Amino acid sequence: MGKITNEELLNSIKAKFESDVTEVTEPYGLLTFETSREKITDLLTFLKTDPALQFIYLTDLTGIHYPEQEKQIGVIYHLHSLINGVRVRIKVFMDENDLHIPTATTIWDGANWMERETYDFFGVIFDGHPDLRRILNVDDMTVFPMRKEYPLEDPNRVDKRDYFFGR
Amino acid sequence: MKTHLLLDDNDPQSELSTLNLGPTHPATHGVFQNVLQLDGERIVSGVSTIGYIHRAFEKISEHRPFYQITPLTDRMNYCSSPINNMGWHMTVEKLLGIKTPKRVDYLRIIIMELARIADHLICNSVLGVDTGATAGFFYVMEYRELIYEIYEEVCGSRLTTNIGRIGGFERNFNDIAFAKIKKFQKEYPVVLKEFENLLTRNRIFIDRTKDVARVPAETALSYSWSGPLLRAAGIDYDVRAMEPYCSYEDLDFEIPVGTSGDVYDRFLVRNAEMWQSLRMIDQCMAKIEKEPKDVFHADVPEFYLPPKQEVYNNMEALIYHFKIVMGEIETPVGEVYHAVEGGNGELGFYLVNDGGRSPYRLHFRRPCFINYQMYAPMSRGMLLSDAIINMSSMNVIAGELDA
Repeated sequence: MGKITNEELLNSIKAKFESDVTEVTEPYGLLTFETSREKITDLLTFLKTDPALQFIYLTDLTGIHYPEQEKQIGVIYHLHSLINGVRVRIKVFMDENDLHIPTATTIWDGANWMERETYDFFGVIFDGHPDLRRILNVDDMTVFPMRKEYPLEDPNRVDKRDYFFGR
Repeated sequence: MKTHLLLDDNDPQSELSTLNLGPTHPATHGVFQNVLQLDGERIVSGVSTIGYIHRAFEKISEHRPFYQITPLTDRMNYCSSPINNMGWHMTVEKLLGIKTPKRVDYLRIIIMELARIADHLICNSVLGVDTGATAGFFYVMEYRELIYEIYEEVCGSRLTTNIGRIGGFERNFNDIAFAKIKKFQKEYPVVLKEFENLLTRNRIFIDRTKDVARVPAETALSYSWSGPLLRAAGIDYDVRAMEPYCSYEDLDFEIPVGTSGDVYDRFLVRNAEMWQSLRMIDQCMAKIEKEPKDVFHADVPEFYLPPKQEVYNNMEALIYHFKIVMGEIETPVGEVYHAVEGGNGELGFYLVNDGGRSPYRLHFRRPCFINYQMYAPMSRGMLLSDAIINMSSMNVIAGELDA
C-alpha cells in the first residue's frame, strides 16, 4: 500500500541497527520488532530524520504487561511515515525492577502526555521527561493499575460480598 | 502528597493573579481544569489537569468480551459515538478476518458521516456561541436532532448509541430511517449554507477568531495533532484517504486544508468537511440502491448473534447464541492497530489478543487526549478570552480525553 514495503523498511533499519532489531513479525501487515532501551533513542531519531523514511509522526505510545515473561513490562511505539504511507510498531521490554527508558519528548513534543499516561498506568520511568507526574489517576495513588496483578475492582470493597445477597 | 500545581504563586510581591479555569466552568464545555497565571488579561503560564472523569475503560476492556466493549467506546467521544462504535467493530473484524458486504460498508459510512456532521456542527456552532453569536447554535440544533432521530431508527438510542454489531448491524434500516436520511440530505445543505452565511464573512466573528492560536504545521506534527486541527495547519492527513477502511476508497471526496492553523481556519475546515460528508452520504445512498436490499451483516454465525426467534426454534442458532454469549468462540492470537478518522482526528484501537474471551490489552489512541496537551503551552501570551475560543475550537470532549 505504501510507497516503501515493509521489507525495504526493515532492510534500511537493519543496515544501521543490525544486532538491535529482534523478534521481527508482521501481524496484519504492520512491521513489528523489538529493540533495546539503550538503542531506542537512536533508532527513533534515525527513523524520524532519515530522508527516505521520514517517520515524522508519533501515532501512539503505550505500555503492556506480561507477568509471566522475564522482562515483564513493555513500551510500544507506533510511528507513521505520512509521506510513505507506512506504519511501524516498536517494542522495548524491561525488567520490572528497573523500569527506566529514555524519553521520546526530545524527539516529539507530543510524547509528553503519552509518556505520562504510560507512567501513570504501568510505572515506566521515562528518563529526561520534563514533567513526569500521574495524569489520569489521583496524585496520591501508590499502584500502577494497568498491571495485571491489580484486579478490576477494589478487593477491599465490601458492598458486593455474597452475604448481602443471601448467597 | 505532591501538589498538582507547578506554578510558583507563593511570591507575595507577585503582580500576577492566579485563575482556576474549571473544572466546572461554563465556558470550557466539559470537566477540565486549567490553572492560569494572568498578567492583567494575558496568560503568562498555565497548567492543565485532566482525569476528572477517568473511568478505566482500558482496564474494564480486559475483562469483557468483544461485543461488550462497544458501549464503552460510546462514552469516549459522545458527540460522534457511532464512529467510535464502528471503529471498534472494524478493529475486531480485522483481527478475526471478517469481510463485510459492500452494503454494510456503505450503510456504515452513511452513519459515520452523519456522526461527523453532528460532531462538527456542535463544535462550530458552539464556537459561534463563545464569540457571541447564539442564533446559529439554535438554528442548526434542529438538524442534530434529526441526526439523532436517524440513529434512533437504526439502533434505538440517541447519544450513546451502541450502534451496529461485529459484522454489520443488528437489524436492517427501516423505511423511516431512509426517509429521514433523505430529508436530511434535502434540507441540511440549505441550513449549512445559511449557517456559513451567518459566520464565515461576519466581521465580528473574523476579528475574534482570525490569527488566534496560530499553529505552524511543524508544531502540529510534533504534537501528533490529527483531524481538523492538523488539516487547518495545512497537513492533508486524513485516515479515510491515507488508509481507506470500510470502502472509503470507492468514494469521491476531497480533504479540505487550511493554511495558518488558527481558530478561523479550523472553523472553515470543519465547515468544508461537513460539505464533503454530505457528498459521501449522497454517493452511498446512490450506491446502496444497486446492492441487495436484505443484506445488513456479514455471514459470520460464530460472531454475529442469531435472531431471537431462530434461537428458540433452531438448534444451530441456539448453540451459536450460547457460545457467543458465554465467550467460548476461539479468536486468533495477534495484535492489531486499526485507525479511523473520528470527529477529532485519528481514533486508533490497539488490540492485543491472546485468544481468550476478552482482549489481553486494549489501548485507545484518543485524538482529544493527544491534541489537548498543547493547550497550556500554546495559551502562553494569549488573552484569556482568546484562550476560551481556542479551547472551543479544539473540540475537547472530556469523555475522550479521560477515557
